[in-house]
Parts: sequence; C-alpha cells; structure tokens
Amino acid sequence: MKRDWRASIRYYWNVKVLGNAYLRWQRWRMERKGPPRRWRTDILAPPLKIGARTKELISRHYLEGRYANGHKPVAWVTSGAPVEILQALGYYVLYPENHGALCGARKVSVEISTEAENAGYSRDICSYARTDIGAMLSGKTPVGKLPKPDLLFACTNICQTVLFWYRVLAEHFKVPLIVIDTPFVYTSPQEYSIQYVKKQLENAVPIAEKVAGRKLSYKKLKQVMRYSRMAAELWLQVMERGKNRPAPISVFDQFIHMAPIVEMRGKPETVDFYAAMLREVDDRVKKGIGAVRNEQRRLLWDNLPIWYKLRELSEYLAERGVAVVASTYTMAWGELAPLIDPEKPFESMARTYIQPILNVGTGKKLEKMKRMIEEYHLDGAILHSDRSCKPYSIGQVDQRNRLIRDYGVPALLLEADHNDPRSYADEQARARLDAFIEMLY
Amino acid sequence: MGRISAIGIDVGSTTAKIVGVDEGGELVWKYIEPAHPRVEEQVDRFLRKLEEENGPIDGIPIVATGYGRNLVHQATRKVTEITCHALGVFRQLGHGGTLIDIGGQDSKVIVIGPSGEVVDFAMNDKCAAGTGRFLENTAGRLMVKLDEMGQLALSSEEEVPISSTCTVFAESEIISMIAHGVRVEPILKGLHRSLVKRVVAMVRSVGLVPPLMLSGGVVKNPAIRKMIEEETGQKVTMPEHPQFMGAYGAALIALRGKRRTNA
Repeated sequence: MKRDWRASIRYYWNVKVLGNAYLRWQRWRMERKGPPRRWRTDILAPPLKIGARTKELISRHYLEGRYANGHKPVAWVTSGAPVEILQALGYYVLYPENHGALCGARKVSVEISTEAENAGYSRDICSYARTDIGAMLSGKTPVGKLPKPDLLFACTNICQTVLFWYRVLAEHFKVPLIVIDTPFVYTSPQEYSIQYVKKQLENAVPIAEKVAGRKLSYKKLKQVMRYSRMAAELWLQVMERGKNRPAPISVFDQFIHMAPIVEMRGKPETVDFYAAMLREVDDRVKKGIGAVRNEQRRLLWDNLPIWYKLRELSEYLAERGVAVVASTYTMAWGELAPLIDPEKPFESMARTYIQPILNVGTGKKLEKMKRMIEEYHLDGAILHSDRSCKPYSIGQVDQRNRLIRDYGVPALLLEADHNDPRSYADEQARARLDAFIEMLY
Repeated sequence: MGRISAIGIDVGSTTAKIVGVDEGGELVWKYIEPAHPRVEEQVDRFLRKLEEENGPIDGIPIVATGYGRNLVHQATRKVTEITCHALGVFRQLGHGGTLIDIGGQDSKVIVIGPSGEVVDFAMNDKCAAGTGRFLENTAGRLMVKLDEMGQLALSSEEEVPISSTCTVFAESEIISMIAHGVRVEPILKGLHRSLVKRVVAMVRSVGLVPPLMLSGGVVKNPAIRKMIEEETGQKVTMPEHPQFMGAYGAALIALRGKRRTNA
C-alpha cells in the first residue's frame, strides 16, 4: 500500500479528534438516557445499557474504515478468517459479511444486492455475497463509505462460496488474495490437516507483511492472541448466562451485540466491552430480570439470524411467552476460545480455525444441539433453513427429525434467508410458527 | 333447538366452512361455501344461517381456524389449522398416525400422537406447488371441470411426466404439450403425479407413522387418493367429511373450552 501523509492527517482529524469526541458524547448521552426503546418493552426487558457502547464501537469501526485508505493497510476478510495476523500487522480489517448483516438489519440489502443481480450475479448466490458485490459495484452502503482493500483474506472454513466471491473482489480491486484452505473435519481434526493449515498461515505472513510494508512482531501477535482469547471467553460466559431461568438475554440480544467479537477480535477494547456486558448480564441474573418478561418456554435457534426480521420475530415470540435463549450460531465465536494458545500462535490458530461449526460434520452439530437442549433446559428448537447458507442448512432435515425422535422436543424448520427478504414469506412463516407454538403448550 | 353446543369456523383460502357439534362432540350441522374476499360478511351470513336452522347461538363458544381466522371477530379463540385438523381427524377416526391434508393454498403433513396431539408437522414451501391451487390452475387451462379431473386422469393408461413443480411453469409446459398434440388425459395423469410426489416427499421428510389418513378438499379427487396409495405403498383412510375436519377440530376445541369453564 502507498502511504499518504494527507490521508493520515485526515484520519487523525476526522477519526481521532472529531469522530471520537462526537461518538463519546453520543454514548454518554445514551448512557444517561438509556438506549432508545425501539422494541416493545411491555413484553421484552428494556434494551441492554451496553447498547450505547455497541453503537460507539461499531460506528467508530466504520468511521475508521472511511478514512483508512492511505493511512493504514486495509484488508477485507471472511468471518472465519485468522484475523489475528492482520491485527498484529496494524491492518484495518473489514468484514463484508458483517457489513452485509448491517445492510440487512437496516433493510437496504435488497436495494444493494439488486445492483449485483443487475450485473449478472444470480439470485441463487449467497445474499451476503450479493450485498457485498452490489456495494462494491455501486458504492451504496448505509455506513457512508467502505475503504478499498489492499489485501483480501479468505478462509474456506465457513463455505466454498468465499473462494469465488473473493476472486471477484480480487479481480475488481486488482489486489492480492490470500486463501487459507481448511480441510473438512468429519470427526476430529487430523494432525496433518492442522499442519497443512499452519503452513499456509506461515506462508501468508510475508504477503501480508509486504502489503502492509512492515514486519510482523511476534510479541504483538501473541498479545493480539491473548486479547482474542479473553474476548472469546467473556463472550462465551455472556452466552452461558442464558442457562439461568429466566434467561437474562435472548439470542436476539446476542445477534445485536456479537459484532465486536466477529469484527474486532484481538483488540483490547473488545475485551473491555464484553467484560462490561458480562457485568450487566450478571446484574440481570441477580435481579431476576428476564429478556422476555413472561418466559414460559425456552428455545434453541440454529443457523444465521434473519437480519431483517429480528425485531418482528423477537416480539412475536415474546408475546407468546417464548424466549430463544441459545443458538449454535453465536456460540461459534465463543466455543473455540479454549483452543487459542498465545504461546503457540500459528499452531493454535490452525487448530482453532479448522473446526468452526461450518467446517465439521453435521453429526457434530447435532451433538452440540442436544447438549445445548440439556444444559439450557430448552423446550424446542427453531432451525432456520437459510436459502443463502447451504453449508449451515445441509443436514437440518435429519437434525430436526432426530431432535424430535431422540429427545421428544418439538423442532421447526423455518424457511427463510439471512439477508434477502424476498425469500421470506410472512404469511407462511407465521402459519408455521403459530402451529409450532401451539405444540409447545 | 339448542342441540348445538359449540361452533367451529374454518376460513380457508378456497372455501369457508362452519360446523356445529352437540354436547357429546358429534358433528350435527355443517355448511360450506367458496371463500369470499369479505370474510367478515361471509362469517356473519354463516352464523345467521346457523341461527335460522338451529336457533339462537348466544353464549355458544366459537373457535376459528384457517388463514382468515383472525378476521372472525365472533370467535372466542383462534387456533391453527394444524391443531384443528389433527383433533378433528383423531376424533372421527379414533386413532393417531400420519395425516395428509391438501388444501387450496397449502398442503400439510401432520403426525398425530396416540391421544390426538400434534407430534410433528410439515407444510409445503412458500409456493403453490403441491397444493389444490396447482390443479385448479391447470384445470382451467385444459378446460376440464375440477371435479372431473381425477376421473379423467385415472381413465388414461398413458402418463406424460410434468417436470415443473412450479404452478406457473407447469402451465407453460402443458401449453407446449397441447401444441405438440398430446392428449389431455395423459397430461392430467402426469399433473396429478407431480402433485402427489411433492406431497409424498413431505411425508418422507417427517417420517411416515402409519396409518395414513387424508383430509382437505382435494381428497375428493379419486386420482390423488389412488396415487398417494401407489407412491407410499400404504392404504389410506378418510374421515366421513374430509373437507370439514379443520372446522370440526375447531368446534371440538370450543367445546373443550366450554367444559373447562363450566367445571
């Protein structure tokens, strides 16, 4: 990347001086008044106070991105990428998937993905990919402006779509692309697979160094790994508080507050953030506050959120006394925390990043779901069959049937798409949910 | 007369039904009409008709089901078709098993437990494939009366495969077959087969718990019944009034609620 002192001045002035001051003031105001109550508080607990900090963190992240080009090296990465290497090299890291989710939640994903569809990308392609490619082609985004990447970093541990998606990005931006290939783990990870991934990570370093124009400091890398692990452990604890009755937070809260663990892993402020969140959640447990005011039934959520329906679903379920307290999806960013070993950065990164939920056999996911049903005392499960996320949705028909057969818990397959509301039929979804809830009572 | 103790109303996408049951839960009065876009007016008319024939209905509990159930303001409770069908069929046939209900807008497979409870269910995707609408749409195109379709299909030895499960695409496929001089009967047979295969796939997805039962308006069609038996290898049983099972189940729920409040 080419450094430009004018870009650096712009960065310091707009982000460090003006932006930080404004965002801090905004947070201070929100903390005093409490986050805006956009969701119904007669059936749901008031929004978590930590929301003020979530907003500050996310806004600052995108603000930094807006002025990053020329000041910092910029990398676009997949959600399951070993980002610690890039953090240690001082990259600004953008997650197109998170940006896509943001577009979904702000209900602009259709407009943006239509840009990609008009350019010839099929509607059968993942809606995150379409949203990202649409944003790339049109410059449309609800966050102002996305920085251009200097490096692309894709890891196949979440799906194979990223291979082609990132090649499109590489072609468009004419920048280097690093692909980390993670062999599928059927039962437990093989040693040779781990060595294979480790080798690729080591080989990625010189490329990332060259683009960044600086050498990787191992001391720094270990520090980043430590922060990564601490944040993931805290996130795991936050989620595990859902075992309490009533559950202090729902998965809808988790979906909203998971952005930092995904896109700001390895940073000290992320550790602080989740420590504060844990304190607030613990406080709710102590006071017996439930995320759903009248918690009667407890459910599991499988697969990605339906970003454009978070509020509707959350309120619909809460109205009927149903709290969704655990999800395999949010768990993915916490459950591997114990594998992160800062003393063996490459080895443990390889071990960690080879076994997220989407890179292991479907039987493993079933085991996990069964464990969660026991530990969280769940009465049923909603399996979101996500048209866009094939690796997550494959096996769900069997998983659902086995949950019913072996555990006797009702389970519903809900057909939708995480980011494309055109694949969601309100009336039909409602019909299924209504019938499912009658089964729970 | 006062013999009606509870009322069930099923406002479906194609037809609206009303059922009255006596103290013992026996179906004593029923009425059906094509679904009217002004649901409230239709339900008012239904209830007036019931009053004319059976006497005043004040104080008789009403439960509504079907897609239009939320528009039935007279109802004391609204319950989904899934629960209602399961209950209605269970009461009429006296056993659990797997129920296939093919309606106008959706088809469902419901696994009913030994005491009439819903153990599991599946519904068709969010399109008209595998529903009554699929047949209705193509019947119009082929100028065949809806209630003759089944017989005509069965009268043919030949069968032309219809590859589209999408209602709109199936229609274009049929148009091109007609243009190639294919006779109507084999097309009809293929059409029924296509629908049945969709429905049977749904049965497989939840797992067939015998015996197999049928309800809904479409089961009046003999070809559907026969083909479901062929595809599943199971004999199917049907309640006496397959189209009224949703409304009947709703009436039974109303009756149960009444007993509970009285007790």
